[in-house]
Amino acid sequence: MAFKNDSLELKTQTGFLISSCFEQLQKKDRIALMPFLMAGDPSLKITAELLLRLQDCGVDMIELGVPYSDPLADGPVIQEAASRALKSGTTINGILEMLTALKGKLSIPIILFTYSNPLLNRGMDTFCATAADAGVSGLVVPDLPLEEAERLSVLALEKRIELVLLVAPTTPKERMTRISSRSKGFTYLVSVTGVTGERSVMEDRVGHLVKELKQLSSKPVAVGFGISGPKQVRQVREWGADGAIVGSALVKRIANSSPGREVDEAILFCRELLEEVN
Amino acid sequence: MTSTLSSQSNDEDLAVNSRPSASGRFGRYGGQYVPETLMPALAELEEAAIAAWQDTSFTNELNHLLSTYVGRATPLYEAKRLTQHYCRNEAGARIWLKREDLNHTGAHKINNALGQALLALRMGKKRIIAETGAGQHGVATATVCARFGLKCVIYMGQEDMRRQALNVFRMKLLGAKVQPVTAGTATLKDATSEAIRDWVTNVETTHYILGSVAGPHPYPMLVRDFHAVIGEETKRQCYEAFGRLPDVLMACVGGGSNAMGLFHPFVQDSSVRMIGVEAAGDGISTGRHAATITQGRVGVLHGAMSFLLQDQDGQVQEAHSISAGLDYPGVGPEHSFLSEIGRAEYFAVTDHEALEALQLVSQLEGIIPALETAHAFAWLKNLCPTLEPGTEVVINCSGRGDKDVNTVAEKLGNKF
Repeated sequence: MAFKNDSLELKTQTGFLISSCFEQLQKKDRIALMPFLMAGDPSLKITAELLLRLQDCGVDMIELGVPYSDPLADGPVIQEAASRALKSGTTINGILEMLTALKGKLSIPIILFTYSNPLLNRGMDTFCATAADAGVSGLVVPDLPLEEAERLSVLALEKRIELVLLVAPTTPKERMTRISSRSKGFTYLVSVTGVTGERSVMEDRVGHLVKELKQLSSKPVAVGFGISGPKQVRQVREWGADGAIVGSALVKRIANSSPGREVDEAILFCRELLEEVN
Repeated sequence: MTSTLSSQSNDEDLAVNSRPSASGRFGRYGGQYVPETLMPALAELEEAAIAAWQDTSFTNELNHLLSTYVGRATPLYEAKRLTQHYCRNEAGARIWLKREDLNHTGAHKINNALGQALLALRMGKKRIIAETGAGQHGVATATVCARFGLKCVIYMGQEDMRRQALNVFRMKLLGAKVQPVTAGTATLKDATSEAIRDWVTNVETTHYILGSVAGPHPYPMLVRDFHAVIGEETKRQCYEAFGRLPDVLMACVGGGSNAMGLFHPFVQDSSVRMIGVEAAGDGISTGRHAATITQGRVGVLHGAMSFLLQDQDGQVQEAHSISAGLDYPGVGPEHSFLSEIGRAEYFAVTDHEALEALQLVSQLEGIIPALETAHAFAWLKNLCPTLEPGTEVVINCSGRGDKDVNTVAEKLGNKF
């Protein structure tokens, strides 16, 4: 795909793959589709296959979850995925080794989604350095709000990793401005007051939040938490957002596939979603 | 400040007004590691708490209810037979019990539950959630919710519901919904995670009455301040009983709320030794324990940086203790701080030692302490032989043991 080559080139120029990816997409008048996968669910081997095949199918970036024992921001679907991944022996080292092995093959931005403790346990410096070596372009840390994120953001940037900050429906406007100005790559708009998981309808106030965020800053806005299917991807696009993150719905689809069918099911689902990004 | 503490401690850090710091830190511990959704609610809670403490109508109501509903002040009781047992020398140390077990609902937990319920009313929140381990905090919360007509949901690990069936029934009788948590280890850690998830979802209508000096800022400060009445009364009662400050304070530590409540008014009195006793479960060497400060490493759990039982990959480990209230892999951040600067000491005793102490206190004093509390008593056998004559020791008798009789009977088997 021509697009992927463009973004690779841009990475060598500016070094920030996520930001460049959004610039490219804006030129093409499409929004980013960002599937979320839980690393190691059901196994790291399948995760590696999923990453490559989803890239081939045309998704723009992938958010890769690091399984954690106490995922406070996650609903049952992703909690269970994390438990399965931990039971199958998934470790951060394992995930980074898997990504390292895919270097050269995987050109779309990979954004690691990890809770604070596994990250702090390694030390912010070491974590960023090893993640960068494995080809990681971005970080989302759901339990690290603005106040605690400053130091990590600086350290990550030194390693050419963009730390994406989250805005919630409960965030006051003034705080929203500060978050979106300090977020790197894009601003992650949490679309529900709640944990991750599918919702049948997205609240109208998400539309207002998108508009508000777009007025406050020129940074791209990606909407996540609660997007369950093509209809909502379309909705997110109509609201003027720049990206849609689909987590629980995809994780569930993979979990419910018969063994050996995980990758095919994921591709089928992402194809449906991709029809709505243009 | 006239602190004479070791040079590594910072006078400013110990000044009451600056602990925690404006960013909610006790040294490097504490902070707010929570989803963004909760940040405005935490700010609102902090503001409400500060305003409430300055409002005499709030403090008057709190004090009135502490006296007429909770039954404060609780006595400082001289445990003469326990003293005789441990300090046989006539001029030896004396052991005093701060009788928090005599509070309404049978433990110190209600001090905080009552205070936070009053805060919730001020903030206009009509739905209350809480986590509970031993069920004491759940019962205290269900009690104050009944008292104020607030809707109440208590999250409790399924394993703890089994161990503490009596308290589960009490909560239901009080009109609360007890929500079983089956995730992870089905104990206090998982109940707390589930309560936080509920709060993330219902934050606009709900107040979370966190039950320990743990969690994100302002909870460690808030919960400590509502329990500080324990230490304030103790200080006054010590002067009444023997005309001076006590020499040693001792309390059990899971999350650490009863210990922090006792310690807090004494932190600047550098002559007062403060000892926290953790749960060593089957024994530290077995790996099956809940001795967080003794054995943990710095990490983040439930919104705060503190000591934490975790594996080499930063995954939170299962804690083990006979006592559901101490069965927690984290600890309040201020305890980690007090330990780090050497202001408080922390030790651990096993399930077996706690059971022995529970029987001893029951038989010598006619007081059946909670299994949690029994951990503090169990350290006496190590402490007393080292004390100078005339040493005054205060133990926080944080809860009564009625809820534990099944567990104790099961463990003692045919000894009964």
